[in-house]
Amino acid sequence: MRPIEYVAAKTVQEAVTSLAEKGDAARPLAGGTDIIVQLRGGRRQLDRLVDMKAIPELNELTYNASSGLRIGAAVPCYRVYGNAEVAGAYPGLIDAASLVGGIQIQGRGSIGGNLCNAAPSGDTIPALIAHSAVAEITGPGGSREVPVEDFCTAPGRTVIQSGEILVAIRIPAPAAHFGACYMRFIPRNEMDIAVVGVGASVVMDGNKVTACRIALASVAPTPVYAAAAGAVLAGKEATEENINAVAEVAQSAATPISDMRGTAEYRTHLIGVLTRRALQSAIQRAKGA
Amino acid sequence: MASEKTHVRTTLNGEATEYLCETNQSLLEVLRDVLLLTGTKEGCNDGNCGACTVNMDGRIVDSCLVLGVEAEGAEILTIEGVATPEGLHPIQQAFLENAALQCGICTPGFIIASKALLEKEPNPSEARIRHWLAGNLCRCTGYDKIVKAVVAAANTIGGKK
Repeated sequence: MRPIEYVAAKTVQEAVTSLAEKGDAARPLAGGTDIIVQLRGGRRQLDRLVDMKAIPELNELTYNASSGLRIGAAVPCYRVYGNAEVAGAYPGLIDAASLVGGIQIQGRGSIGGNLCNAAPSGDTIPALIAHSAVAEITGPGGSREVPVEDFCTAPGRTVIQSGEILVAIRIPAPAAHFGACYMRFIPRNEMDIAVVGVGASVVMDGNKVTACRIALASVAPTPVYAAAAGAVLAGKEATEENINAVAEVAQSAATPISDMRGTAEYRTHLIGVLTRRALQSAIQRAKGA
Repeated sequence: MASEKTHVRTTLNGEATEYLCETNQSLLEVLRDVLLLTGTKEGCNDGNCGACTVNMDGRIVDSCLVLGVEAEGAEILTIEGVATPEGLHPIQQAFLENAALQCGICTPGFIIASKALLEKEPNPSEARIRHWLAGNLCRCTGYDKIVKAVVAAANTIGGKK
């Protein structure tokens, strides 16, 4: 890893100014579990790292049953799944946050960092999309909000412009009878990159689904919000036939490649299996909610 | 680039410890090369193997993925801080008695990780132990003996020997 300037910002404004000064030669540092590996491996060359962990807004996790959840961009995964209220309200996010890397990674790595790293396989991203999360961004020109499904633009690329930072991720308060789930397939039990990941959420009225969101990982250059798949189930009964129909539309929303983790055909098959299972789990959770 | 060193103050194994480090040095490099505490091992150097696991502010972390400068103000526990002048920690003793190590490169990481688990959950199930230790790789002993050692240590600490 070549020499680099380290700045521990104390405020959002200080971070924005420090990043803007260096343009593309500076990046924010949160848990470091991706960026330090990238710098050491020479996949990224930077002159400055701006540490976000001492900025209060980026380190806060706040939940309110009416306004919902706000996760500071530098809050590590363990704080999210370690909060019983949050865990109860956002089960799909908890599924994802508790399987990113191992315990060591979860002790440092943040959900905001997982989103900004914008890997097609980022486990928390489909979960965030399923939960209708919104990214709060601040930069030299002010603040803006972007739905998480519009945040990633290519592998490793996002809507974040030079000098901008992700301040927090906001998730609305769950509706009554809301349930969500994130599932991935990996060939081992832990510590692997998703061959396919599926996030699903539903709002139930009896056995009828009033709203449904499906999002996919590792099946396209960015995480995919399969809006058409969720729409198949809205207003319908949660029957096996209808769930199968969602899975079929989800399969058609993906553009998977073949690589060392699996062929495109295998990934397409997995999207079907995991969409059905994640949806069934989300429905069960909604019925218990 | 700026190459003057940064002055960092930490509490390391219970003692106030200050060091000077480059901004591009990992905490692992600082521990081994600056402070000469070579008990913490380098394995993959990219956060997969857990050989460099240390406890930082009560959480286990891969010290290869922490910059030395990020440890300002932190409380760090390495393998050197686990035994006492009176003897080995029960987890260390259990690893010996259960033959849970061969080459020993992964052992400091496993012991630091296991210690954090048992302090949080004194009676973890075997499945929980395996889940907790998933970020620590062993390439020679095998996990069964390691898991048995952690169970044995839990029993010793809980007085159920």
